[in-house]
Amino acid sequence: MAGASQQQRVIVVGGGLAGLAAAVRITEGGIPVDLFSIVPVKRSHSVCAQGGINACNDIARQQGYSEHEHFDETIYGGDFLAHQPPVYEMAQMAPRIIDLLDRMGVPFNRTAEGQRDLRLFGGSLYKRTHFSGATTGQQLMYALDEQVRRAEAAGKVHKYEHWEFLRPVLDEMGACRGIVAQDLRTMQIRAFRADAVVMATGGCGLVFGQSTNSVMCTGAAASRCYQAGVKYANGEFIQVHPTAIPGADKLRLMSESARGEGGRVWVPGKKDASGAWGPHPQPGMDPRQIPDEDRYYFLEERYPAYGNIVPRDIATREIFNVCLEGMGVGGGRMVYLDLSFKPREELERKLGGIMEIYRKFVGEDPCEFPMKIFPGVHYSMGGLWTRYTPKSDLRGLEKGAPGNMMTNVEGLYAFGEVNYQYHGANRLGANALLSCIFDGLFNGESVVNYVRDNAHAPASAVEQGLYAGAEQIEGDKEKDLLARDGDQNVYEISAELGDEMTEASTVIKTGERLQRAIDKVAELRDRYRRIGVADASMWTNQALSFAKSVGDMIAIGDAILRGGMLREESRGSHYRADHPERNDERFLKSTIAEFDPQSKTASITFEDVEVGMVEPRKRTYGKIEPASGQKAGAKTEPAGASN
Amino acid sequence: MAAEASTGMNERVIRVRLKRQDGPDARPRWESFDVPVGTGSNVTSVLQWICAHPVTVEGKNTTPPVYDSGCLEEVCGSCTMVVNGRVRQACSALIDHYCPKDGDELTLEPMTKFPVVRDLSVDRSRLFSNLERMRAWVPVDGTYDLGAGPEETPEAQQTRYVLSTCMSCGCCLEACPQYTLETDEEAWDRAFVGAAVISQARYFNMHETGSSLKKVRLTELSGPGGVSDCGNAQNCVNVCPKEIPLTESIAAIGRQVTAHNIRQFFSGD
Ligand SMILES: Cc1cc2nc3c(=O)[nH]c(=O)nc-3n(C[C@H](O)[C@H](O)[C@H](O)COP(=O)(O)OP(=O)(O)OC[C@H]3O[C@@H](n4cnc5c(N)ncnc54)[C@H](O)[C@@H]3O)c2cc1C
Ligand code: SF4
Ligand code: SF4
Ligand code: FES
Repeated sequence: MAGASQQQRVIVVGGGLAGLAAAVRITEGGIPVDLFSIVPVKRSHSVCAQGGINACNDIARQQGYSEHEHFDETIYGGDFLAHQPPVYEMAQMAPRIIDLLDRMGVPFNRTAEGQRDLRLFGGSLYKRTHFSGATTGQQLMYALDEQVRRAEAAGKVHKYEHWEFLRPVLDEMGACRGIVAQDLRTMQIRAFRADAVVMATGGCGLVFGQSTNSVMCTGAAASRCYQAGVKYANGEFIQVHPTAIPGADKLRLMSESARGEGGRVWVPGKKDASGAWGPHPQPGMDPRQIPDEDRYYFLEERYPAYGNIVPRDIATREIFNVCLEGMGVGGGRMVYLDLSFKPREELERKLGGIMEIYRKFVGEDPCEFPMKIFPGVHYSMGGLWTRYTPKSDLRGLEKGAPGNMMTNVEGLYAFGEVNYQYHGANRLGANALLSCIFDGLFNGESVVNYVRDNAHAPASAVEQGLYAGAEQIEGDKEKDLLARDGDQNVYEISAELGDEMTEASTVIKTGERLQRAIDKVAELRDRYRRIGVADASMWTNQALSFAKSVGDMIAIGDAILRGGMLREESRGSHYRADHPERNDERFLKSTIAEFDPQSKTASITFEDVEVGMVEPRKRTYGKIEPASGQKAGAKTEPAGASN
Repeated sequence: MAAEASTGMNERVIRVRLKRQDGPDARPRWESFDVPVGTGSNVTSVLQWICAHPVTVEGKNTTPPVYDSGCLEEVCGSCTMVVNGRVRQACSALIDHYCPKDGDELTLEPMTKFPVVRDLSVDRSRLFSNLERMRAWVPVDGTYDLGAGPEETPEAQQTRYVLSTCMSCGCCLEACPQYTLETDEEAWDRAFVGAAVISQARYFNMHETGSSLKKVRLTELSGPGGVSDCGNAQNCVNVCPKEIPLTESIAAIGRQVTAHNIRQFFSGD
């Protein structure tokens, strides 16, 4: 291909939606890709996504919806913390992304007439979510996986599956020239050359112990970049999904589509003479026997416009609070999510995948019984800091500009959940799949252009010493880890980290509690130095890989806590009980964490948010306070446009 | 990773027998562990617990067992293994079902139709390689904006959707008497492709654009390792966790192959 020498290559780390879309776009631009993933790419975490993917469409458009409205909702949903130009570009491209996926054969649900069907999702009053049963992520993943297999067959992609990324290789100018990775079977540590590297390694749910994420979502890869000098931004913004099924090993998600398709959230309750709700006298009774007047549909009562489809941070806090007020099911930490009043046939057709998950893991049929759910850690809005080149009027991005979604390290990009763009302080449901694929397709072009116009010598010309040195560092680190013969159990350290992070830094935070958590993490860091690894073999040593990740999870946990500590305000998912109001003057800013190698902790600074078109306004979603009945001010809500 | 194997209800201790193998060429051996479980425990949470407490019932320290896992909700296909003699996903195998009482026994083994990597982890590359052989993709013209895909009736979508939920887990191959262990990569192009891949061929043949490669797929499937290797034992359809109608797919492809062969015969190419 003209302009691209045969020797130029790009490394993509991660084969979820973001990584696969990037591989497709970059190879289409004529540059071969080496694709690294811990698991076979087809098994990446993105397969878990259930509900759908947002985009403006013809029906919604005729009801007054538009790309601009999608953009506005995303900014409002994210409590104005997202930089606006990238979000604008994403909303513009969304309909074309759906078309492309459609062409790739994704079996999107259809209407009777054969059009793509749509459903309602949180934070919008319009049906603008495209879906494929309740396994949308799986279907999108497979379509892209197939395209990458096709590119692989044509020799354009080389897959390194069962390989784990350990560190970026930076030259003396600080530019990224490749990576060090480890073969998870032979345990060989090896450096690879690349003219650019795209990190697409997903989120960090496991830092919180139990979450809705897959077991690979440790955040270790992002942490390794952060410890190598990449900025980590908005780490404290962690989405806690309102409706998960509590479990021993995982919190299994009950998708927002359950509410989008009409699911109602309630708890057993009793109204007193003044009309105020209190606990039900028999909170543990068979829910099917509870009459309607004793069902407290608290989201519908408190948010008449959005009802059960308020954004996630709001639903989560309301569920949490209702349980704190003693009104949870059985007096505990659980509320009902009810679909049992809907026809079985419709539930199976539209939500079969998640109905099945509930049946399989709880052993009750949600077509008969209301489901018992509680919030669970779900998504990281924060991540590796990236820059971009806006258009001069701030309406979107300069297409193909090499800086789009590049981190502060030259030549090192971050795509998908691992970057911090698009979702601000709270992500809207069904916007993540979109942002992942958008990153790959739109910003993949930027990678191609960076490689083509590279002012540096090609990676193939970099002296071998740089790579040998990087390999050596990782080899020494591993030797040191294996030589530790301490009494500390690394699985216990990770469990304690998860518990502490969940208690201190999820739904309700305070400065005092965060400080205690920072101290606890320091203690864990110290104990980590005294672990013993129970397996010394050099063949598929999962215990060693896990032990490595735990050290990196501790580092990222610290960054998340310190950001939350200094952000003395409440915004989106970040709720500080000691600072309950949003404070634009001090904190309409991104939090930037930089790793200090001396103290091994984060130092935090703040950077202005690029506002652009939408001025920050109060974010209330038309809430009616349960006591006063006062409707708080909101943007004009389009009325009844939800069909 | 959770350190607890249960949610705290109906606590009991079960005995887990684990088939271990240190590497592809190592001799397998058995180890047993006593594991505390409760309501909500599943085979993966049991394995997580053993990893954190790798001590056998004899009190011997051992290495944490190696196993694959990912989504923990039966959608990624990683954790397929043989649980009490039957192939399935570990993450959705509830202990309440297998071991309702204190002291009940649970046996875990790796699949037998794929080479063992270590302990319960096997190498399923052959499955992915066969998907490539089958051109299991829609040959789109690229990622530029060319409008929507072909229109489709809801009925056709529902049929394709079910086929598209195949997570390449390998259960159907483990259960199939015609699918045998093949460690020689060179032989993968001739050995039986198995139900999953046949079903994927049907899936792509159903799609308007995907069907442009139909001929190539059917040529593959009419040769060695193709659909005629299937002995119709129907084991596959009984173990598929996604309830994919595999025997229907095999019959559909059988008919397509027959028609294809007749056409080839008369056109002479
Ligand atoms: C249960 C659930 C349901 C969801 N539903 C929806 C939905 O309906 N709509 C929506 O928009 N969003 C949804 N989301 C969010 C969305 O699924 C994710 O944000 C998105 O899939 C992330 O994709 P990704 O490509 O960034 O990363 P991932 O899919 O997480 O992929 C990460 C990749 O990186 C690899 N990797 C990680 N670390 C390393 C390493 N060290 N070395 C090598 N490789 C590595 C992994 O192997 C994997 O291939 C859901 C999330 C969950 C948990
Ligand atoms: S029907 Fe065919 S593919 Fe299925 S188990 Fe039997 S022989 Fe194997
Ligand atoms: S067809 Fe079913 S059993 Fe076979 S690989 Fe696919 S999901 Fe697994
Ligand atoms: S872990 Fe994904 S199917 Fe079991």
